[in-house]
Amino acid sequence: MEWLAGHWRDVLDLGASHLYLAGVPLVVGLVLSVPLGWVAKRWGRAYPVVVTTTGLLYTVPSLALFVVMPLVLGTKILDPVNVVVAMTVYTVALMARTVADGLRAVPDHVEQAATAMGYKGLRRLFGVELPLAVPVIAAGLRVAAVSNVSIVSVASIIGVSQLGDLLIDGYNRVIWGELATGIVATVVLALALDALIVLGSRMLTPWRRAAGGHA
Amino acid sequence: MIRFDGVTKEYPDGTVAVDDLSLTAPTGRITVLVGPSGCGKTTSLRMVNRMIEPTRGAITLDGQDTARMDQAELRRGIGYVIQHAGLFPHRTVLDNIGTVPRLLGWDRTRIRDRSRELLERVGLDPRLADRYPTQLSGGQQQRVGVARALAADPPVMLMDEPFSAVDPIVRDQLQDEFLRLQDELGKTIVFVTHDIDEAVKLGDQVAVLRVGGSLAQVAEPAYLLAHPADDFVADFVGKDRGYRALQFQDVPRLPLRSERTVVLGETPATDAPWLLVVDETRRPLGWVEPARVGTRAVEDADLHRGGTVARASGSLRGALDAALSSPSRRGVVVDDSGELVGTVLAHEVLSAIEETDRPERDDADPVRGGAVEDPEGGT
Repeated sequence: MEWLAGHWRDVLDLGASHLYLAGVPLVVGLVLSVPLGWVAKRWGRAYPVVVTTTGLLYTVPSLALFVVMPLVLGTKILDPVNVVVAMTVYTVALMARTVADGLRAVPDHVEQAATAMGYKGLRRLFGVELPLAVPVIAAGLRVAAVSNVSIVSVASIIGVSQLGDLLIDGYNRVIWGELATGIVATVVLALALDALIVLGSRMLTPWRRAAGGHA
Repeated sequence: MIRFDGVTKEYPDGTVAVDDLSLTAPTGRITVLVGPSGCGKTTSLRMVNRMIEPTRGAITLDGQDTARMDQAELRRGIGYVIQHAGLFPHRTVLDNIGTVPRLLGWDRTRIRDRSRELLERVGLDPRLADRYPTQLSGGQQQRVGVARALAADPPVMLMDEPFSAVDPIVRDQLQDEFLRLQDELGKTIVFVTHDIDEAVKLGDQVAVLRVGGSLAQVAEPAYLLAHPADDFVADFVGKDRGYRALQFQDVPRLPLRSERTVVLGETPATDAPWLLVVDETRRPLGWVEPARVGTRAVEDADLHRGGTVARASGSLRGALDAALSSPSRRGVVVDDSGELVGTVLAHEVLSAIEETDRPERDDADPVRGGAVEDPEGGT
């Protein structure tokens, strides 16, 4: 606590960049996953391709991905964009499958009704399919959020600052207060993001509460 | 008018779902497609709005080939009701009803007003407007489904077993209201069911399909029951078709006898074995045995409720059933307001039956002889 009292401004700054580095990729990744998931649902043969390819991406070690990014993007090695893009890749790796599964879980009779009413294209996706996939997508997004917050810490090794700095510095210099602050701050951030997603999902799905919690 | 012209649906694996179907669904009438599972009735229905494309043949809507129309546009002009209603779970009742008008780009107030109007038209409480589908009973959901199909006032409606997932009492109610609604609206309807009772009750014309998707017979219900084209149709319409056909025979002038009655809560002053109990407005409530009541007032618990009540303007089936089910053997007949007109005995109904004509058989065309003609003439 003593350590925190002297460094809370730094911790807030690091927390803000941590949120930026984990949060922006979450949003961008989700947006990119929608068309991928839609393709995987629309064409049955695309489903295994999309799911396997994106799943493989998740197995690439984060450090390797961070290091490779400047080569791929032509950015400077210390540029935070490297981390943002790498984290976006991880988000897509998790979310493309989730979106596809969420869209596939829309009940058949609802799909039929949508077809019969003359729903097609984007209007069908945004008017009927996506809203009904929200519960599944939100569940996946919670996993991705926590995973992002945790993986971003590794970026300290390549010199992009965020809460991970506290862990590395605290460990190297054996400052227990700094180490503990790093851990707690990371957990708090992950929980905050999680709570935000739960809240957002609830606001988007009033019909689920109408049925007494299950729809 | 919807016209199937030599329509065949064959799947890549060689299965034939619909085989050379030619059929006309006349404007403003209900055409029911009925048959066992695998007879292609749902496939035929879905080819009308091109949810399934025919392999061969053409389907025309008022002379226009549907294959040349824009799919989504075609569908928005055709109301569609399915089993389990298929409501959008994330939309309120009102928003569900307004689906097609929204797709057609109506302005908001017009959509709201139209949706509210339909909500009441299908017999739903306006307070349900903001509920979600999961908060409704199966019957209520099905009504919303019908309202949604009617929203943009399409001239054509396709209905795929809309009432088969609700319990029998609700189903009966929904069927009656559906017929009342159709009386007002006069849509061109194709209705799919596997239930021959529902088919003859609702259809102006019934098309019986056999497994493999070929037409076995198409005719008005009375004709179908009187003259099945072959053994398959005869089997399918069932063993009690003679009795069921009576439902299409209007009651002729029956020799009604006047009945002594007692108002509920009064003392029966008679030694007759059975006495009919009515309310203050002369609506029949049930029969009592005066011997059991004695000198006290007739109570609700004394009533025998086994007897059905027939309408004087109803069918011979109703009149016969009233007589057969009555504990006194006297069938109760009421007028359209439900007021007692008199009673009739079973043998009197039977003599009336013997005197009525059955639909005449068209020997030239046993399969299509009894079909309904389009009021606007064929093309």
